[in-house]
Amino acid sequence: MARKLPGVDAVIVGLGWTGAILAERLTAAGLKVVAIERGPWRDTATDFPPSYAPDELRYAIRQDLFLRPAQETVTFRNKTSETALPIRSFGSFLPGNGVGGAGTHWNGQTWRFLEKDFVVKSHVTERYGKSAIPEGMTIQDWGVTYADLEKSYDSFEWTAGVSGRAGNIAGTRQQGGNPFEGPRSRDFPLPPLELSHASSLFAKAARELGHSPFPCPAANASRAYTNPLGVTLGPCTYCGFCERFGCGNYSKGSPQTTILPVLMRRPNFEARTNAEVLKVLTDRSGTRATGVTYVDAQGEELEQPAELVLLCAYQFCNVRLMLLSGIGTPYDPAAGTGVVGRNYCYQTGAGAQLFFENTRMNPFIGSGALQQVIDDFNGDNFDHTGLGFIGGGSISCGQTNGRPILYRPTEPGSPRWGSAWKQATVAGYQNAASVGSQGSSYAYRDSYLDLDPTYTDRFGRPLLRMTFDWHDNEHKAAAYATQRCMEIGRAMGAKQVLARNLSEHYSIVPYQSTHTVGGAAMGADPKTSAVKRYLQSWDVPNVFAVGAHAFPQNHGYNPTGTVGALAYWAAEAITSQYLKSPGALVPT
Amino acid sequence: MRIILAIIAALLAAPAIAPPAIAASPSFEVVQRGQALAIAGDCVACHTVPGGTPFAGGRAIETPFGNVLTPNLTPDRETGIGDWSDEVFLRAMQTGIGHDGEHLYPAFPYPYYTHVGREDLLAIRSWLATLEPVRNVVARNEAVRNQLSFPFDIRLSMAAWNALFFENGLFRPMPSKSAEWNRGAYLVEGLGHCGACHTPKNSLGGDRTSATLQGGAIQDWFAPALGSDLRTGLGGWSVDDVVEYLRAGRNAKSAASGPMGEVVSYSTSHMPLADLQAIAVYLKDQPAVPRDAIPPLPASDAGMQAGRAIYLDNCAACHTATGAGIPRLFPTLSGSAVVQSPDPVTLARVVLIGAQAVATAEAPTGPAMPAFGWKLSDAQTASVLTYIRNAWGNVAPAVDAGTVASTRRHLAQRAGN
Amino acid sequence: MPHGTLRRRQLLASTSAVLLAGCSVRARTISDTRPWSAGAGEPPIAITPGPWVFFSPEEGATVDALVERLIPHDALSVSGREAGCSVFIDRQLAGAYGSSERLYMRPPFMAGTPMQGMQSALTPAAQYRQGLAALHAYCRVAYVGRLPHEMTAEQRDALLKGLESRQVKLDGADGHGFFELLLTNTMEGFFADPLYGGNQGFAGWKMIGFPGARYDYRDEIAHRNQVIDVATVGITGRPDWTRKGT
Repeated sequence: MARKLPGVDAVIVGLGWTGAILAERLTAAGLKVVAIERGPWRDTATDFPPSYAPDELRYAIRQDLFLRPAQETVTFRNKTSETALPIRSFGSFLPGNGVGGAGTHWNGQTWRFLEKDFVVKSHVTERYGKSAIPEGMTIQDWGVTYADLEKSYDSFEWTAGVSGRAGNIAGTRQQGGNPFEGPRSRDFPLPPLELSHASSLFAKAARELGHSPFPCPAANASRAYTNPLGVTLGPCTYCGFCERFGCGNYSKGSPQTTILPVLMRRPNFEARTNAEVLKVLTDRSGTRATGVTYVDAQGEELEQPAELVLLCAYQFCNVRLMLLSGIGTPYDPAAGTGVVGRNYCYQTGAGAQLFFENTRMNPFIGSGALQQVIDDFNGDNFDHTGLGFIGGGSISCGQTNGRPILYRPTEPGSPRWGSAWKQATVAGYQNAASVGSQGSSYAYRDSYLDLDPTYTDRFGRPLLRMTFDWHDNEHKAAAYATQRCMEIGRAMGAKQVLARNLSEHYSIVPYQSTHTVGGAAMGADPKTSAVKRYLQSWDVPNVFAVGAHAFPQNHGYNPTGTVGALAYWAAEAITSQYLKSPGALVPT
Repeated sequence: MRIILAIIAALLAAPAIAPPAIAASPSFEVVQRGQALAIAGDCVACHTVPGGTPFAGGRAIETPFGNVLTPNLTPDRETGIGDWSDEVFLRAMQTGIGHDGEHLYPAFPYPYYTHVGREDLLAIRSWLATLEPVRNVVARNEAVRNQLSFPFDIRLSMAAWNALFFENGLFRPMPSKSAEWNRGAYLVEGLGHCGACHTPKNSLGGDRTSATLQGGAIQDWFAPALGSDLRTGLGGWSVDDVVEYLRAGRNAKSAASGPMGEVVSYSTSHMPLADLQAIAVYLKDQPAVPRDAIPPLPASDAGMQAGRAIYLDNCAACHTATGAGIPRLFPTLSGSAVVQSPDPVTLARVVLIGAQAVATAEAPTGPAMPAFGWKLSDAQTASVLTYIRNAWGNVAPAVDAGTVASTRRHLAQRAGN
Repeated sequence: MPHGTLRRRQLLASTSAVLLAGCSVRARTISDTRPWSAGAGEPPIAITPGPWVFFSPEEGATVDALVERLIPHDALSVSGREAGCSVFIDRQLAGAYGSSERLYMRPPFMAGTPMQGMQSALTPAAQYRQGLAALHAYCRVAYVGRLPHEMTAEQRDALLKGLESRQVKLDGADGHGFFELLLTNTMEGFFADPLYGGNQGFAGWKMIGFPGARYDYRDEIAHRNQVIDVATVGITGRPDWTRKGT
């Protein structure tokens, strides 16, 4: 029997980006807030200081900062007819864990989705007709618009200290920025980062081909910056230990470098670490959450009563907690009914591997978001008539790192060991570059999440089961993107330009992206969404679930900018509407 | 030593004072002023066990002669100061004589508080009386309270100490100086008791008054000189730099950590701007101490060369290759008084075990320097310290491996290993 | 390296000789502050040189002989063996990696599709133990009793190629899987920080021109397409950190 603790106003499950943002906003509004985090406390100087942060084996290979499958994983299969098996070692995606969450070890690419992404179904239907949406595809509008979220995007970017160049300020085109982006209320807080050699070649080639290259919005501070909370970041030093690593010199926007210094000073906030939430508790009616139960590291089970429960864990962990707690109707793929588990999506990767001659790419000089990008083939920025697919992707060329355990590109046909392998490795290291497309991943009726019937975690709770594969639309979109990437690669002067196609079937083995999204979509219709436009559960109004699980489908960018914006958006709804009149929120 | 014991024998304890009469309760304004003054005196820092009830005492204050446990300042009648009369309180603050006539140890900075005016002290007293009484026995158990070595375990020896080093007397303003300057002097020499750390001590723990505010060693830190010396004092700081440092815990050049971090955290960050300004004006008027000019070590020096390699590989990612640092985040090393101070203990400790800059409401970042003691040997630590003390125009004596080794040993003992 | 404060870590180091896998597991309630304490952190623990920790002498000799061919000594670098790759693998297998401590290892174990990834109940330590035993058994027959360290370079290359191409099949172990694991771990060792035992003298990093554990390229970022002339450094240093002379 769980020991019951004194009640609080709000309990937050997970202290990553969304948990930190909501905790900061709600404590500022005077609420007593407790955050329960399944991983350890983590901070810059004690957990990833420059004195040992640059350790590829520890952080990138042995995955020191990530969620350990021993603690939680998912089972996976490509299709319903297969038996799902557990992901025993994370490969395709690397979920975060611990204070800071994935916000500690992300790259810092901080995007806003396109205006039309938020209304993708209406827009596609209107422009290309209903038939443009293939059978079985279940894309839908978000229930919020870009205009709704603009202020929240802005809050996140100014909190995280994003370096970039605006392309559109209040409707006025800005030279050098992204011409396709929605209007911003103001510029980025920091100017763009420097250029790497590869990205400068890319920008030049893209311009020659008539595209519009611009710097990727980067939560890698291009210079020292003090955010609106008064927290100071240092300048990025291009060390090349960004993604998979914590930043040792306070230059990557993360909960630690932007919010926690202020949050931890608030007397009405408390963080409990190494404590894993088992379940959201509801009253007998099932329509009101009463708190959560969790197990601490000593194995004691505790109950934390709360007036408000905020699910801020990693995408699939939130979906699993909802299923385990009976919040929302589980999705039934056969009938196409239910909402929790529906519309699981990922990110469609494609691109070109390039090899140059007598070049010094110096790949070790890099940062997580050091890249040039074009948006000419993203979303519906280009005419899809006759292409046979919908969606698209951002196309970029950058340099995150040259860490040699993982980064050793060699020309095709090179041996994998022996003296000839060495020669190929030495040649490839300084002469390789790649152009990549990060493509939309639209939702399908047969791609979903539910509870696994066989495999359990250490507490005996069922693991989440993921059923997912690429569909024809994504194969076509990826093939199209690959062609665009190869064109640019050739224009960059590469000696060899090799296609990097989408794999025939999705595999959990090679790393692709940690952008797992969907599974508890937000929306305007309770039949197709698990949470309202304010991230509030349709069924249990004092539960808000904030994160990438709320994406109804994925678009052609990294998700974190939108995840951060959703957190500010939900916080605003809670503080300005919900607290005044607790209960189901109605759209305003 | 012999002299002290002789004097002790000749001295009597001061007489006890009668319990208080019931006084009219002080005005709100007085209590408020008392709180502000208690903040300026940083009373809470010593009279609170880390994580414990504020002002309930019991914290061990380290002195070179042993630990002194602080008493309970809450108005609990049995274990606190609830049964103290105003006169007893004044006598303690101004002359270091306790409730029962016993001599208090000068870890309690009465040699500074003696300069504080009666009204101010009574205001503090009024404010302390408004605290919630907390029963905390340990604080008043005089016999076990203190853990000093002989002869300092004999409380009466303090009388002798007083005879040697204590100068009773109220603050006397300098008419030739501005009111602001005098306010600063009153705070620095009185409640602020800055000299308790920043004035070097003689072998008996008394202030070397000839070297007031010229820098002192304390608890494996070195409190730098506060005079106008460009290299080792505040000469390179403007009045605004000093004010910002005291208010926010950092300025464009430096950041407070360790004992000074506590001072900022509990005291100066809560003080009125005018008082901080006054302190800064007074400090900036302190003379520079003439020092023999020493040449910097040449870059060709073997220690400098090793130090430079270590610095560029380990330190430059934050403090930058030129030692400029990042304003208000990573301290500037070039021109820094801490870096060039005669005693390198602060530098050595910060490199070996790290340090966290104080976080304040105005500057909440509180960046931390990581520990390098696990990867740098004593010789390597000495080399990198020697380098930063002699690069970019800095000049200071080289640091040898033995000094680092001894700091490492002290720190390990302090950590209880 | 001299230290007075690292007793707990040293104790762990002497038994497992791997980096401390992370974090204190005590549940904590944190408020009003950001926890920091003097000397806090979980720095890596350099391996202790010396005899094999995981391998038997015979196993160690075989791994030495194989990594020497996977990464041969030539004009570009010393061999994998000289760089310490086998020591690296030995220490890794003795620690958290070798025991799959961080992985999901609950049953049932079932064969899946390639897309479902590794489904073996065998830890890397068990894979090496079984793989090496089976390889020795194979060599005793196919190479008339000669184990890899007794073979010529050409024979070892042939053996490795056979395992890689699945032409050599082992009895009681997955020879191809063993080869892939050995190749992966050898490369890890050759390119990981030298404190883990491999990449001695920065052999792997210098071969490709990776400057190592550097944290600041602000002065170099603008030097596009130019040779970057910075010294290679490991987490625990480089020779220039030591004062020359006395």
